[in-house]
Amino acid sequence: MATTDTKISAAQLAKQAENRRRNIFYLVLLALALVAPFVAYPVFLMKILCFALFACAFNLLLGYAGLLSFGHAAFLATGGYMTGFLLSTYSITPEIGIITGTLASTVLGTFFGILSIRRQGIYFAMITLALAQMVFFMYLQADFTGGEDGLQGVPRGNLFGIFDLSNNLTMYYFVLAVFIFGFLLIQRTVHSPFGQVLKAIRENEPRAISLGYNTDVYKLVAFVISAAIAGLAGSTKTVVFQLASLGDAHWHMSGEVILMTLVGGVGTLFGPVLGAGFVLTLEHQLSQSFLGDWVDVILGVIFVVCVLTFRAGIVGEVQKFMKKNFN
Amino acid sequence: MTMIFGVPAAAFYGQLLLGLINGAFYALLSLGLAVIFGLLKIINFSHGAQYMLGAFAAYLLLSVLGINYWAALFLAPLIVGLLGVLIERYLLRRIAHIDHIYGLLLTFGLALVIQGTFTNWFGVSGSRYPVPELLQGGINLGFMFLPIYRAWIVVVALVVCFGVWFMIEKTKLGGYLRAGTENSALMQAFGVNVPLLVTLTYGFGVGLAALGGVLAAPVYSVSPDMGSNLLIVVFAVVVIGGMGSIVGAILTGLLMGIVEGLTKVYYPEASNVVIFLVMIIVLLVRPAGLFGKGA
Repeated sequence: MATTDTKISAAQLAKQAENRRRNIFYLVLLALALVAPFVAYPVFLMKILCFALFACAFNLLLGYAGLLSFGHAAFLATGGYMTGFLLSTYSITPEIGIITGTLASTVLGTFFGILSIRRQGIYFAMITLALAQMVFFMYLQADFTGGEDGLQGVPRGNLFGIFDLSNNLTMYYFVLAVFIFGFLLIQRTVHSPFGQVLKAIRENEPRAISLGYNTDVYKLVAFVISAAIAGLAGSTKTVVFQLASLGDAHWHMSGEVILMTLVGGVGTLFGPVLGAGFVLTLEHQLSQSFLGDWVDVILGVIFVVCVLTFRAGIVGEVQKFMKKNFN
Repeated sequence: MTMIFGVPAAAFYGQLLLGLINGAFYALLSLGLAVIFGLLKIINFSHGAQYMLGAFAAYLLLSVLGINYWAALFLAPLIVGLLGVLIERYLLRRIAHIDHIYGLLLTFGLALVIQGTFTNWFGVSGSRYPVPELLQGGINLGFMFLPIYRAWIVVVALVVCFGVWFMIEKTKLGGYLRAGTENSALMQAFGVNVPLLVTLTYGFGVGLAALGGVLAAPVYSVSPDMGSNLLIVVFAVVVIGGMGSIVGAILTGLLMGIVEGLTKVYYPEASNVVIFLVMIIVLLVRPAGLFGKGA
């Protein structure tokens, strides 16, 4: 008995130490994020934060439920268009626009989810892609989206009617707050009993069913949360750039978010954030160099290389390295 | 003027023919996807890019080497099929043992590379490919004017689809293919060279896509993005039909082409989403697909 007790307390101690290390890591990151706009260009940082949130939302589905959605662009675009339309048409405050945009994505996500979880694996990917393409065509033809031009000159407005978001620094701290909210929501979801069941479904769905879990409900809820946060990212992005465009709804965007997640590390909390930063910085650097026309080709090559040799992504490879050398 | 359900007969038959042509392409492409999926268990996301490569191969053979349409009909699928063989041998085989989702991602990356490269070389506007002399002009059928080349597309696609069905269902090679689909490890134990079979199957599926591209070159403009949007529609067709049967893939392809053509007559605004709507209905009513077995 005594030996088991000490074993448990040793494990608990190790866990506590790990938690402490993680908390310190997050605090350092938060401090960096707070001073970042004084060092780097705030609009670019906001772009990274929006796409990082988008990639985290996508990763909740692929990394923790094992569902590859090829249609997440539809949620980004729906949030963006709804928020853009409301802010340009009615005199409402940005937070109301963002909440409504997020709700619109949630509704669309429920609809997509109910349909797509009826099939598994590769079919799931094809169904989400086809549904997103349908949404793309609808936005192309609809009146309120501005067709190929998109919605331009969306006013940023005053947050809660008080804080003037036309100031980039104010805007940045608001986007950072939105990002942290979304990130923590995902972190809570993943570490909750609900998240544990999701992982069980990812590893072995028939077994999860035989243990009595209604896996369809779990998958649907995960899909809806993912769509909602993707919509939140899209809505926030529209306020930042004062623009909602058709490009956000294109299948290319669905591919890009997959790449961000893959590069950073599928199924790791922080991987998608790094992946988004990497892909966007690369795109930005390339577009200003002589390789500007070759961005798509280079992204494609990175896709192939990642799948062949770097499937764990940046964070995953670092974790493997740490495990091998420091344990 | 004769009217059919309140639409001039000529317009009705014209759209029906266009629908049938699109359906022929859907059938050809979903057939190739089904053949590849059967043995490799991956969805070939570069199928659209390889269809585009077929069209460009025909275009380049003509404009650079002066090789005509008839030779291109064989050469282009061969060239692109060989490229497919290389892709399978040196890329896809390395990830054959892991989750098949990675095959989808890898071929997606390849599609980006191929499409991006051709966009840089040829721009997005597209080039014309002349209809071969023998197939120019048309026949007046009395109720409509039938351009010969369009009829040719439908006939060739149907003949090729039938040929592939015959080969898979009735020949010994097809028997190997079907056995490999069921249990490739057992096949290997019986002394069949499964890795070679897999490579050739992928090359063959890719060749079918390229053949579609050559057929399409004279009717659509040859452009780098001609395959990407088409492929997504073909994915919806595959979901509707299910990949369980070869006949199912062919019939669903043709049927969806006709449905799309008729939608263009009666409610043109919905024509580019109608196949996706059909997919939604099928998912609600019969999730396994019209011809599918299980999910």
